[in-house]
Amino acid sequence: MLDKRVGSLAEAVAGVQDGATVLVGGFGNSGIPQELVHALLEQGARDLVLVTNNAGSGETDVAALLRERRVRKIICSYPRSKGSTWFEELYRAKAIELELVPQGTLSERMRAAGAGLGGFFTPTAADSSLSDGKEIRVINGRRHVLEEPLRGDVALVKADRADRWGNLTYHSAARNFGPTMCTAADLTVVQVRQFVELGDLDPENVITPGVFVDRVVEVPSPVFFA
Amino acid sequence: MKLSRTDMARRVAQDITDGSYVNLGIGLPTLVGNYVPAGREVIYHSENGILGVGPAPEPGQEDLELINAGKELVTLLPGGSYFHHTDSFMIMRGGHLDISVLGAFQVSAGGDLANWATDDDDFPPAVGGAMDLAVGAKRIYVLTTHTTSQGGPKLLEQCSYPLTAAAVVDRVYTDRAVLDVTATGFLVRELVDGTSPEQLQALTGAQLRFADDLTVLTP
Repeated sequence: MLDKRVGSLAEAVAGVQDGATVLVGGFGNSGIPQELVHALLEQGARDLVLVTNNAGSGETDVAALLRERRVRKIICSYPRSKGSTWFEELYRAKAIELELVPQGTLSERMRAAGAGLGGFFTPTAADSSLSDGKEIRVINGRRHVLEEPLRGDVALVKADRADRWGNLTYHSAARNFGPTMCTAADLTVVQVRQFVELGDLDPENVITPGVFVDRVVEVPSPVFFA
Repeated sequence: MKLSRTDMARRVAQDITDGSYVNLGIGLPTLVGNYVPAGREVIYHSENGILGVGPAPEPGQEDLELINAGKELVTLLPGGSYFHHTDSFMIMRGGHLDISVLGAFQVSAGGDLANWATDDDDFPPAVGGAMDLAVGAKRIYVLTTHTTSQGGPKLLEQCSYPLTAAAVVDRVYTDRAVLDVTATGFLVRELVDGTSPEQLQALTGAQLRFADDLTVLTP
């Protein structure tokens, strides 16, 4: 029998190693798997490489991992936002490494990893300093830069509903990076608002098929929800 | 005379055509959506996976996860849709948006755009979706003040700040003028009342040409 459900947040994040590359879903507070990130904080893994769009704000989730010095490097597109004080403090103190990646390239690098591709050429950033040192090729008369796949050891994602096979639906704009990140990690862990029985998800509306998911945990009342 | 921020947004809004797919950058460009003339149906895209972005929600109707690129609460219009980030950036990079309205630190006479980083090393850079929009949307409109807060020019022969993308800007809307980027540099189409061509040139770091049918810029 295939059952990807786990009974607790601690079980959901069990086994994450020090030094792991962790993909964390969300855009601002939308789709942030806050409860899973807090479980990772409890779990204690350190020296992490985080891949996430923003560098946290306030004192919760990503910002809390930064505050507790669990993060060696962050790969993101937009680290600077209202309340991103922990990131900015570590950045000024040169206590964290930043790899700044254009948002579409960040997403597509993870897609390439999930799709089994060796990378792709994109015009995005081809004329910017973010492409320094990378291969440039002119395709159809336009400069493109070679970007390599970005894979996680772990992905932490928030979805709305799941069945025991790990099929997922999402809630409004909280979908954002989730479906791509689910495909791009060795261990994909998803928190959902509700478990449902097999067959209760309309197959036309399944956004992430369960093959991409390893563990699901139910968090009925996440901090950020409608 | 200079245009106010809302009047700048109002002027851009006149050029948002009926039936177009449009992405509005965070900050001042977001205001453009408030001033599109009635009767035009415009589908707004948000990089976090929304087409058909609607206005801010009524009190009590908020969905904390339904936000725009500026992380402000929004709504979804009838006919709107959600999709994941990779699809959203296919829309942006793949040439599926008609218009992108972006802010800028600097624009060059050749249409180069600098809007993601300055030369301040203590200030962490942030790029977001700007580079994807700049290379991908069919038309790139820049909305920015004509000069910096210190009075220095933002429209230059060459950008001194790191580039977002090269040769992408089609039109610049400032608080003093509307300028097209042409093969021979900036062509001023509209100029605010009370600023002479000579005065505008003095506020600009690139050689300007003025259209034969130059008109008064009115919001």
